[in-house]
Amino acid sequence: MTDGAPPLSAVQLDRIAWRRRQSIRSILVAAASTAVLGVLLVVAVTGAPGWDRVRQSFLDPTIAADALPDILRGLWLNVRLLVFCAVGSLALGLVIALLRTLRGPVFFPVRALATSYTYTFRGLPLIIVIYVLTLGVPGLRLQGMPSVLVLGGLALVLTYSGYLAEVFRAGIESVHPSQVAAARSLGLTYRQAMRHVVLPQAVRRVAPPLLNDTVALQKDVGLVSLAGPIDAVRAAQISTAEHFNYTPYIVAGVLFVLLAIPLIAVTDWVTLRAARRQASR
Amino acid sequence: MTAVLSCQGVRKLFGPSVVLDGLDLDVAEHEVVALIGASGSGKSTLLRCVNLLEDLDDGTIHLDGAHITDPRINPDLVRRKIGIVFQAYNLFPHLSVLDNITLAPVRVHKRPAASARSQALALLDRIGLASKAAAFPDRLSGGQQQRVAIVRALVNSPRLLLLDEVTSALDPELVGEVLDLIRDLKADGMTMVLATHEMTFARQVADRVCFLDAGRILEQGSPEQVLDNPVEARTQQFLRRLAPA
Ligand SMILES: Nc1ncnc2c1ncn2[C@@H]1O[C@H](COP(=O)(O)OP(=O)(O)OP(=O)(O)O)[C@@H](O)[C@H]1O
Ligand SMILES: [Mg+2]
Repeated sequence: MTDGAPPLSAVQLDRIAWRRRQSIRSILVAAASTAVLGVLLVVAVTGAPGWDRVRQSFLDPTIAADALPDILRGLWLNVRLLVFCAVGSLALGLVIALLRTLRGPVFFPVRALATSYTYTFRGLPLIIVIYVLTLGVPGLRLQGMPSVLVLGGLALVLTYSGYLAEVFRAGIESVHPSQVAAARSLGLTYRQAMRHVVLPQAVRRVAPPLLNDTVALQKDVGLVSLAGPIDAVRAAQISTAEHFNYTPYIVAGVLFVLLAIPLIAVTDWVTLRAARRQASR
Repeated sequence: MTAVLSCQGVRKLFGPSVVLDGLDLDVAEHEVVALIGASGSGKSTLLRCVNLLEDLDDGTIHLDGAHITDPRINPDLVRRKIGIVFQAYNLFPHLSVLDNITLAPVRVHKRPAASARSQALALLDRIGLASKAAAFPDRLSGGQQQRVAIVRALVNSPRLLLLDEVTSALDPELVGEVLDLIRDLKADGMTMVLATHEMTFARQVADRVCFLDAGRILEQGSPEQVLDNPVEARTQQFLRRLAPA
C-alpha cells in the first residue's frame, strides 16, 4: 500500500462533478432571487409617497452623527449591566433550581422558599420590580445603600433568575432517572451524582434556551433607565427630543442589533451542536 | 457457610399493588442466580431493593451477614459493595468511556487519577475495548456499551453484581459478546444475580434459576430442573408461553 485509497471509479467521479454543478446552481439561484426581492423592496419603499418625509425624520445622517457619542455611552452601560445581570441570574437561577431538587424533610422550608421564589418573580412584571427596588428601597435610607444602578441590576437578576431557575430545573429533570441510579450504585452520594452526572448533562441540554433568555435580557437591561441611569435607548430619547427627529432611535436600534448578533450567533451554534449530538445518539 | 446475599420476607408495595410479597432468597459465594418470571413479576424491583434504590415495606436483606436494610446505615457505603447494571442508560453520555469507569474510583474512593486510569485501561483491554477509551458512549455499539457498563460496575471490586436484563436491548448478534464477558466473570468467581427473559442465557450461566410469581420465588433449582422439568403449573405455563418464540 503506497498511495492509500484506490483511484475513484468513473461513476463516483461523475457523481462528484454532478454534486458540484448542483451546488453552484443553487448558489446562483439564491443570489438571483435575493437580488430581485431586494430591488422590489427598495423600489416599493423609496417610491412611496411619504418616503421623503420619513427619510428626513428617521434617517438624517448629521443628526445620527451628532447623537452617536451619547448613545454609545449609553450602550456601554447596557453592556456592563448585561454582563453583570447575565452572570448574576445564571448563578442565582442554578442555585434556586438545585434547592428545588433537594430531598428530605429538613429541606422542606428551603424547597418551599425556592418554589415560591420562581412563582413570584415569574409572575411579577419586571417594571414593578425595578420601581420597587430603585424607588422604594432607597427610601429606607439604610446605611451603605447601593446605587440606583446596582439596585436596578438586582431587580433584573431577581426576575431573570426566576425564569432561568425553571430552565435549569427542566434540564435536571430531563436527565433519565437511571443515570442517577447508575451513579448512586457506583457509590456516589446524591451531591456527587448531581455534580458529576446530572448537572453536566442538564446544562448541555438547556444551553440553547438559557442563551435565548440572555438575548432577551439584553433588551430588558435598558429598563433600568426608568429609574434614572441613562442607557442607549434613554440617550436616544433625549437626543430625539432635542432635534425633533427620530433618527437617534434608529441609531440605537441598529446598535442593539449589532450587539445581539454575536450572542444570537452563539445561541444558534450551540443549538445546532446540541441537535447534532442528539441526532448522533 | 454464610450467604453473600440473604433476603428474608422481602415485601415491596407500589401504592396498593404488592410487587414483592415475603420473598426469601439466599445467594452463596461464587453462585450465579438467574431470576425469571413474567413481565411485572418484580425481578427489577428485587434487584433495586438489594441495591437500596428502593425502600422495603417489610423484611430484611443481609450482605455478608450485615443487615443493609437497617435505615440507620449509610446506603452509599453499601452500594459500593454491590455493582448493578441496567437494561439501558447505564453509561454517562457526557463522559468518555475511560472517565465513565474512573468517575467512582476518583470521586468516591479518592484514588489518584493515574492509578485509576491504568486499572480502567486494564479492564478495557480485557474486554477488547482499550482502543475506545477516549470515545464517548454514543460512538459505541449497544453490546460494547453494556460491556463497558459491566466493567465499570467492577471498579469498586463489588462483593455482588446485579444484572438487570443487560442483553434485552441488544441485537441478537451482540448478545454473545456480553454473555462471554459474564461467563468470564463467573469463571473468576464473581457472585451474581441476574434478571433475564432469555432462557438460553439463564441456562448457560446460572447455577440456579428462580421463577418469580406473585411476589415470591415459586420454584427454584438447577437450570435443567426448572427449565426442562418444572414442577409447578405456573412455571410450566410461563415456559410454554415462551417456547414458540
Ligand atoms: N417506581 C414504580 N412505581 C410504581 N410501580 C412500579 C414502580 N416500579 C415498578 N413498578 C411496578 O412493579 C411491578 C414489578 O415491576 P418490575 O419492574 O420489578 O418487573 P419486572 O419483573 O422487572 O418486569 P420486566 O420483566 O418487564 O422487566 C410492575 O407492576 C410495575 O408496574
Ligand atoms: Mg425489569
